Amino acid sequence: MIDPAQRRGLPVPQGLYDPANERDACGIGFVANIKGQKSHDIILKGIQVLINLTHRGACGCDPETGDGAGVLIQIPHKFFARECAKLGFTLPEPGEYGVGLVFLPVEKQERLQCEGIIERIAVEEGLGVLGWRDTPIDGSAIGRVARNSQPYIEQIFIRRGPDMTEDQLERKLYVVRKRAEIEIAHSEIPDKSFFYVPSLSCRTIVYKGLLLAPQIAKFYRELSDPDVMSALCLVHQRFSTNTFPSWQLAHPYRYIAHNGEINTLKGNVNWMHARQSILASPLFGDDIKKLFPIVTPGGSDSASFDNVLELLYLAGRDITHAMAMLIPEAWASNEHMHPEKKAFYEYHASLMEPWDGPAAMAFTDGRVIGATLDRNGLRPARYLVTHEDLVVMASETGVLPIKPEEVRMKGRLQPGKMFLVDTVAGEIVPDKELKRRLYSRQPYARWLRENQIHLHDLPEPPRAHGYDPETLLMRQRAFGYTDEDLRILMAPMAAKGEEPVGSMGIDTPLACLSDKPQPLFNYFKQLFAQVTNPPIDPIREEMVMSLISYIGTERNILDETPKHCHTLRMPHPLLTNRDLERLRRVSQGDLLCTTLNALYRADGGAKELERALDGLCRRASLAIKSGYTMIILSDRGVDEDYAPIPSLLALTAVHNHLVREKTRTQVALIIESGEPREVMHFCLLIGYGASAVNPYLAIETLENMANNGRLPEGVTFDKALKNYMKSINKGLLKVASKMGISTLQSYRGAQVFEAIGLNKALVDKYFTGTASRIEGVGLEVLAEEARLKHEHAVRPVTESDTELGVGGNYQYRVRGEYHLYNPLTVSKLQHAVQQSSFQTFQEYADLIDKQNKQFCTLRGLMEFKKGHAVPLDEVEPAKEIVKRFATGAMSFGSISKETHETLAIAMNRIGGKSNTGEGGEDEARFQRDANGDWRRSAIKQVASARFGVTTNYLVNADELQIKMAQGAKPGEGGQLPGHKVDEIIARVRHSIPGVGLISPPPHHDIYSIEDLAQLIYDLKNTNPKARISVKLVAEVGVGTVAAGVAKAHADVVLISGHDGGTGASPLTSLQHSGIPWELGLAETQQVLVMNDLRGRITVQTDGKLQTGRDVAIAALLGAEEFGFSTAPLVALGCIMMRKCHLNTCPVGIATQDPELRKKFQGQPEHAINFFFFLAEQLRQIMAQLGFRTMNEMIGRVDMLDMRAAVEHWKARGLDYSSILYNPPMPIRVARRKIQEQDHGLEQALDYKLIDHAREALENQTPIEIKLPIRNVHRTVGAMLSGEIARRYGSAGLPENTVRFQFSGSAGQSFGAFLAKGVTLTLEGDANDYTGKGLSGGKLIIYPPRASTFLPQENILIGNVALYGATSGEAYFNGMAGERFAVRNSGATAVVEGVGDHGCEYMTKGLVVVLGRAGRNFAAGMSGGIAYVLDERGDFAEKRCNRAGVDLEPVMETADIELLHGLIARHFEYTGSPRAVWILDNWSAMLPKFVKVFPHEYKRVLGIARSAEAAFVPRPEPQQQVARG
Amino acid sequence: MGKDTGFMEYTRETPTRRPVSERINDWFEIYLDFPEEKLRKQGARCMDCGVPFCHTGCPLNNIIPDWNDLVYRSRWREAVRVLHSTNNFPEFTGRICPAPCEAACVLGINEPPVTIKQIEKSIIDYAFGQGWIRPEPPATRTGKRVAVVGSGPAGLAAAQQLARAGHWVMVFEKSDRIGGLLRYGIPNFKMEKHLIDRRMEQMSAEGVEFRPNSHVGHNVPVEDLRKEFDAILLSGGAEHSRDLKVPGRELKGIHFAMEFLPQQNKVCEGDTVANQILAKGRRVVIIGGGDTGADCLGTTHRQKPVSVHQFELLPMPPKERSPLTPWPLWPMQLRIEGAHEEGGIREWSVATTKFTGDENGNVKQLHAVRVGPPPKFEPVPGTEFTMDADLVLLAMGFLGPVRNGMIEQLGVALDPRGNVAADENYMSSVPGVFAAGDMRRGQSLVVWAIAEGRKAAQGVDRYLKGQTKA
Repeated sequence: MIDPAQRRGLPVPQGLYDPANERDACGIGFVANIKGQKSHDIILKGIQVLINLTHRGACGCDPETGDGAGVLIQIPHKFFARECAKLGFTLPEPGEYGVGLVFLPVEKQERLQCEGIIERIAVEEGLGVLGWRDTPIDGSAIGRVARNSQPYIEQIFIRRGPDMTEDQLERKLYVVRKRAEIEIAHSEIPDKSFFYVPSLSCRTIVYKGLLLAPQIAKFYRELSDPDVMSALCLVHQRFSTNTFPSWQLAHPYRYIAHNGEINTLKGNVNWMHARQSILASPLFGDDIKKLFPIVTPGGSDSASFDNVLELLYLAGRDITHAMAMLIPEAWASNEHMHPEKKAFYEYHASLMEPWDGPAAMAFTDGRVIGATLDRNGLRPARYLVTHEDLVVMASETGVLPIKPEEVRMKGRLQPGKMFLVDTVAGEIVPDKELKRRLYSRQPYARWLRENQIHLHDLPEPPRAHGYDPETLLMRQRAFGYTDEDLRILMAPMAAKGEEPVGSMGIDTPLACLSDKPQPLFNYFKQLFAQVTNPPIDPIREEMVMSLISYIGTERNILDETPKHCHTLRMPHPLLTNRDLERLRRVSQGDLLCTTLNALYRADGGAKELERALDGLCRRASLAIKSGYTMIILSDRGVDEDYAPIPSLLALTAVHNHLVREKTRTQVALIIESGEPREVMHFCLLIGYGASAVNPYLAIETLENMANNGRLPEGVTFDKALKNYMKSINKGLLKVASKMGISTLQSYRGAQVFEAIGLNKALVDKYFTGTASRIEGVGLEVLAEEARLKHEHAVRPVTESDTELGVGGNYQYRVRGEYHLYNPLTVSKLQHAVQQSSFQTFQEYADLIDKQNKQFCTLRGLMEFKKGHAVPLDEVEPAKEIVKRFATGAMSFGSISKETHETLAIAMNRIGGKSNTGEGGEDEARFQRDANGDWRRSAIKQVASARFGVTTNYLVNADELQIKMAQGAKPGEGGQLPGHKVDEIIARVRHSIPGVGLISPPPHHDIYSIEDLAQLIYDLKNTNPKARISVKLVAEVGVGTVAAGVAKAHADVVLISGHDGGTGASPLTSLQHSGIPWELGLAETQQVLVMNDLRGRITVQTDGKLQTGRDVAIAALLGAEEFGFSTAPLVALGCIMMRKCHLNTCPVGIATQDPELRKKFQGQPEHAINFFFFLAEQLRQIMAQLGFRTMNEMIGRVDMLDMRAAVEHWKARGLDYSSILYNPPMPIRVARRKIQEQDHGLEQALDYKLIDHAREALENQTPIEIKLPIRNVHRTVGAMLSGEIARRYGSAGLPENTVRFQFSGSAGQSFGAFLAKGVTLTLEGDANDYTGKGLSGGKLIIYPPRASTFLPQENILIGNVALYGATSGEAYFNGMAGERFAVRNSGATAVVEGVGDHGCEYMTKGLVVVLGRAGRNFAAGMSGGIAYVLDERGDFAEKRCNRAGVDLEPVMETADIELLHGLIARHFEYTGSPRAVWILDNWSAMLPKFVKVFPHEYKRVLGIARSAEAAFVPRPEPQQQVARG
Repeated sequence: MGKDTGFMEYTRETPTRRPVSERINDWFEIYLDFPEEKLRKQGARCMDCGVPFCHTGCPLNNIIPDWNDLVYRSRWREAVRVLHSTNNFPEFTGRICPAPCEAACVLGINEPPVTIKQIEKSIIDYAFGQGWIRPEPPATRTGKRVAVVGSGPAGLAAAQQLARAGHWVMVFEKSDRIGGLLRYGIPNFKMEKHLIDRRMEQMSAEGVEFRPNSHVGHNVPVEDLRKEFDAILLSGGAEHSRDLKVPGRELKGIHFAMEFLPQQNKVCEGDTVANQILAKGRRVVIIGGGDTGADCLGTTHRQKPVSVHQFELLPMPPKERSPLTPWPLWPMQLRIEGAHEEGGIREWSVATTKFTGDENGNVKQLHAVRVGPPPKFEPVPGTEFTMDADLVLLAMGFLGPVRNGMIEQLGVALDPRGNVAADENYMSSVPGVFAAGDMRRGQSLVVWAIAEGRKAAQGVDRYLKGQTKA
């Protein structure tokens, strides 16, 4: 997140673009000599590493300008001494002076001014300026764009003050830099934005810039000087989502280089800012104030992190200590963690919240260098150590050629672990020792015992608020409860402890357009992770999640005392009435609580509301002054006169007021409110800073429901409450995890929301920092909404007056919320397509388009400007237009075979595209039918579960769509219950009938933008003819992500609206995440145009597109292609039952029930009619606007206007100027796609392989070739496999027809989508995604024969191997990283150790682990078998997630033979010494094997067995090689 | 909600009608009781649709899925609460509504629809049986007075809503009993009249005063109403019957259905009617194939005629839903009501050309011809025929309200069809005078009348108080 005032090169916010949304990711690495021996060689090696990571970076429109690269080294004293002497000044001893690399304005006068300021400040701080040195650079070494934005680069040499120690000097240099930054930022120097100090230190120096890796040594010429020596070299290659030239955003920062993204940044920065006022350190004394703001406003996530790390480090904490504080391990639910270590983390958790998100963070203070990984292990980090004391750590293995015999060990960083090289002590400190040193520093456990307070330890209150049925109804009405809240939301939560599920998306008005009074909550939409960071699975990966939070006053984080953990520990943020009373009466230490009333006079309107808010803030300030540390904001006491202040508004008013007052961290805010009732409400309250919530009215409502038979038999109030709280808590974790946030503590205050339809004044005052881009309502409307609810509440009730409003959000109700799909529109549309009546279609469209009385969508308020009309017959014919239409991704499984195929036939007939959805496709559909129809879907989707994603599937596509998110539930996975998985679906999905299937929330091969680039490359290799499309869901910043997607070489980007349909989604997600496509599409168009990337990529949009007018607006906003799902389904007979998840669709669409499927009456003609009607309507609009072709129309946002004189009480506040913004770019910058992406396939090794294999491909003649391989060779085998699939289908070639023997370090995706008949053998090691999507091929990998280490203790292949493999075999003579065989659905693999989350979500296949398995093994595994050798005997207890699997000894003969055979085969292929050893000691080892047997699979097998269909897993044991 | 798979497990089942041989000998309702267990299964057939078309198919917008579910769950008390929230008199609609809701039922796309009407009837009967239907007088009175002219379903619904909103309501009825067509139009075998009495009791307790035998514009001067009431609601129905203008129409023995039917209802109430028009021993021809025709059919059969013929001008509709009226539209299709089972011959595409009579001026023969389809109804040459008839009942619909008298005297404007014109608040051209029901919209269903009455009550209330509570 970047503040344009601070960061040169990025545009200012304009239209929907905000530079704050910029993201980046990258490759990181370091090289170090353990003994601290400095050499020039280390730098050469570091640069070599950087060059070999080039593919992880990106370049924009200028191929010579990279996104940024840099190196951090120790100060090359010898070199500088030499050079400074030439300049006429002498350097003192190392450690007695500091060097700064400084970016300065190019213009001389301004440069001198900046220099003068630094010099003056240095002197003021008691230091001496030795001199300046022009850093010699070679401008010709870099790209044109980079050159144009290049700053003037100088070095400053500063001498220490008298008697200063090195540490004191370092701190003073920090003060100097901070002061200079602040002073220059506030100066009048015109080009001050050039000014930036990459480093100013007496230990390290950073060389970085807008460079490509290979350019760095040429640009900074001194890096090639042999006198430039260092014992360590930290490097970074950046991939940013934009093409804007920014020199400063390159890494490394002063202490770190980061690969990943901090998801909780906004919260972290806000809290850091809030706690500034109490920062104190004896090491800084009064200087501390000169450092403020600690976090330079608007810095990127990495820069901000670096700011805080720097402070913690320089204030006296060890750098590893500071890192462990900021990025802690997942300690909360780890029962096996050392208690002292756990106490260390818990103690620090009460100091500050974690910085959460994917992170591989390399750090150094110039003496030690290390790296750590986030708790989820979402970024790769591999290292090796040589016998010569060289350490190489990088995002990939193989980045530096090292002879196998020189390697002492190879490893990887594990989730939450740290790795450190101490060049002073000359040792490597492993994680265990490192953490031991940390937790032994202080008696943390004792401190916690003595100071921490648990909620349940507080004394029982004498009384608590009870249930008051008399006034219940009145209060429910006052808080806007509807009948649906009770019936659809709360009852299922109370009954089952789960959030209710719904389907078919939303078609109701946005809160800012609705005529009904809305809760303030409804104006907000949840943000979610897509592409640049992954969502988390809060169920299967529960071990990293935590709801624990701490209440109490915060203390100085630069200090460390027992008092620091004098906080109240809350297991979760929900408070019962009794819990709340406990808090209200607390009196322990300085925990002291007061209650402030949050009501206002309902008849007073906005004025009264504002007065009440101001009063609340004033009273909060007073309370803090009086020593209270907890404030309860309570809206109890609603009556005839008083209405509740919207709870969120009360909270944010006080929160922001206290932040401004710098007292926020002294107090915890607790909400006692009748308003919150659904998950989203709690998310918002906590996301905006509440510590805990007491939803008293929801609780009373539950009691009332229990008392009145509104809950199922046996659900008492107690049970209902427990279930309800459980569902809310689960929901909180789910929502946080969608954003990639694991702990509630970091979610609190992270403000990961976007507002839609709130005006700037309101947002600036009460929701500071939240995006709200189309203006909208202010306090007046909020007060009016509150008044309407209050009026309804105090009105007397008669029987004929329904007690609560009907709601009508989830189901259509006449007196409820408006729906675009209502009885009239549904029936009109069906009549139109069934009777081929354009007239009726026009009537249908008018109902939707003319949102005169009832607004519903943003587009409803748009209108076309007057154009120069052209005759209709000159407009492009409809049959051309329909080719731009696609149907949405609906899986076979979510909809019936009949529906799926009808859509495919229809789209193929008109030349549009249908989409498989994520469920695979029956291969029978790849061939045309006898009548010429084609049931093949042109778009094949690749979603997170990779169901049925085989090589053959991929080659039978015109377009491959990577689904990053889905409009109805972005950031979430899905689940197909076992009862929906019948024979055919199981076959197509490569799973087992009756066994439930889980789609993980993230793609496990996309945790970051460069990963996406890799998957695009994989798919393009497999099917070079197919377009690669990336599906995103609209949210603030989607344009920036889309730019990244364009840079990652996608051919198409799809921007989905939030309202898209779904087969099943939790209602919270359906209603509250994502934003309308109008916003997302407009932002995408603007950002792509601003980056000059638009010409390279096709933009598609979808989300409840219903009429020709909708399509016209989408085209004008920038879309070339259009997707439709709900409308064609309705055309085929869907009546919006919204019960897709129940398998009971009464019209045979969203069901697999054979009886119900018979009721399907849709015909391809119905869908075809729909699309032609649309096209005809569109043509009429085109004629009227004066466009003869669609191409002329795309991006012509100037033809759109906002409807004038809208008098709607809410809508009149809206302002579309940001949507209708047209970036002022020259005409040569394309506004639609005009050129193809350069996928860089020509470098693929596979061309060579295909050449070698030509004989085999054509005549099936076996071949065998030996070749070297390097990490820059990515996706080896995929293109070859595509060729095989194209010729031979899924049958492939006979086993071992094509054999390649490689040696070296393979790049990412080695053997991806390897087809049957191909065997790849690798002597060496491999990176992430080895064997991804394996489709029948065979992979054999073993360490170099010359290596000296034990394979089973060394890392051989990277993370996420065999992801989504559907068949084939793999043998790995060494350890694999995290998530081995995740989503395996048919491959057989043997490996000698795996990281965390092994066999996650596996549904079929066989995995043998001949060594240690990491934690959370078999999470979500529902099919297939794993055998794990458990020598330590702790697998069951510590490492396996047993929620869905049984662990059994290997007893049955069939099992034993199978296992033995596989190990024998492993030995045969890899020569594994461990395999020999096991086989040699078979009788002793066999009992140590554990069979991991999923419950569901077992159940289904039981059924199968009884049906005489015994399970015979393949491959058959190979008796001939069996030993022992 | 509901039983997810109920519609797949249970088939539609409606209560059986009593045997024809039995029922034509009495005037009681023709349906047998329907066991609760069966009814709950019918409730379980409801799919609780995301877009419940029944809910908009119903003019009252009854929240049908909710009470279907509540019946399935035997939560009768809540069911009746939800039912009453949109419908004042479900015991009427549950019996005599043709149930457009069922025509719109989503299940009806490919299966027999849910028995919505039967469930509605059962809920309210159950509630009455339990004694749950109590008066709901308002907590406070406004002091405003409203005159409701006409006590049919529109007037009654409006009166109840207005009384509950706190106004004093007086209902004027020209007949001797309250109920309008409910009382004197609908035969007892379709709806027994004690149901109306029961509601009147409730309404009286809620503060509604009834004034039968009060024909406004005749024996009650319009000026009195204007003086004494703050608002007047006209709900006098559309009683102007369509006539058959053919030679011989003046003969004796040719009557409008609305002359014939009320007499029998009075007799059923225990009154004696001098010179009652009776079918007994006569050859009866009913002209008109609609609901009124069917009512005449059932009534004549109970009076033991020699023969009954029923002629309809339109061609016979298809047995199944016509493709011209696809779901969820009201289907053009052949309907077989209870009365049709009881005998008589239905003839389609028949136009009566003249009547001939005997020397005493009594009708003796009907002359007719078969005709082609609408809109021309061209006579088919050579199909002329003659039929003996000594009682002819004209059931050809209604042309709107009776205009002489009250309407004229009030001076309210009429719409092009001759109904009282009203704005969106149901107020006529004369301030303070409102109109609802058939009088405003023309001949229609009871369910529409109730819906109109409720909406008009809102309009009146808004007019009286500046804002509504109803």
